[in-house]
Amino acid sequence: MSFSTGLHGLVSLVMGALLGAGLYVSGMSDPGKVLGFLDVLGPWNPALMGVLGGAVIISLIGFQSLPQQMSRPWLESQFYVPTRRDVDRPLVVGTLLFGIGWGLVGYCPGPALAGLALGNGEAPIFLLAMLAGGVVQKRWEARNK
Amino acid sequence: MQETLFGIPVSAWLGGIMIGLAAVGLFAFLGRIAGISGIFFASFGRDGGLWRWLFLAGIPLGGGVLAYFMPTLNGVTRPNPGVVWLIVAGFLVGWGTRMGSGCTSGHGVCGLGRLSPRSLAAVGVFMVAGVLTASLLRHWVGL
Repeated sequence: MSFSTGLHGLVSLVMGALLGAGLYVSGMSDPGKVLGFLDVLGPWNPALMGVLGGAVIISLIGFQSLPQQMSRPWLESQFYVPTRRDVDRPLVVGTLLFGIGWGLVGYCPGPALAGLALGNGEAPIFLLAMLAGGVVQKRWEARNK
Repeated sequence: MQETLFGIPVSAWLGGIMIGLAAVGLFAFLGRIAGISGIFFASFGRDGGLWRWLFLAGIPLGGGVLAYFMPTLNGVTRPNPGVVWLIVAGFLVGWGTRMGSGCTSGHGVCGLGRLSPRSLAAVGVFMVAGVLTASLLRHWVGL
């Protein structure tokens, strides 16, 4: 493994760990808090507003300023940025299905991954089903082309 | 005792800021969007890339370390929905995030920061779907 690959990996691990730590500290890793926010008819828990608010403020500052400050990332030759701007049917249908799954049990992909280390048996079951869902979707898409 | 800011626990703000810093950090160093569902599915692809596996591994690592040192801060505060509903929800999240090119991190955190019209639409859709499901459908099916 080259030095550059190692550095890439280390930075990636650290950023993943920071994200996972943030998920735990914020309470987003607790599906009960997530459902407490999404369920507006129950005793409403506004905590997720702070999580999303804090994250989006930092993200806005970073993503709006960095590409102007630097021509390329520190360890790469280019930024890998999605270029599409059109709102199409798969985007809407896909995010709709995602939102339903999220609202059923309170897990989205990040908190489910963090949940692997938080000592309940739910996370691995959810993640395996999530992997299956993605694989079947890809096959379905290929068949319907 | 829990400190709050605008009626929201300071820990929620702080954790959100950490998530934002991680997303901006990955972009500044590797030029990549920290979209967890996208990285998750691409990691199983032919050109998965070591960085993807390490990023994904970091998430339970960071969460686990924090939980070890601050075990009372957060836990799981809803009853276990059972294997069947976990599988149904996981399948929908997998299908949906792959079809819709992103989840809460990719569209929510990074996409909104990038002012992407696709992500703006996606966040609107999954928020409304999440609220309606958690408020109505979940109770209706007995969860």
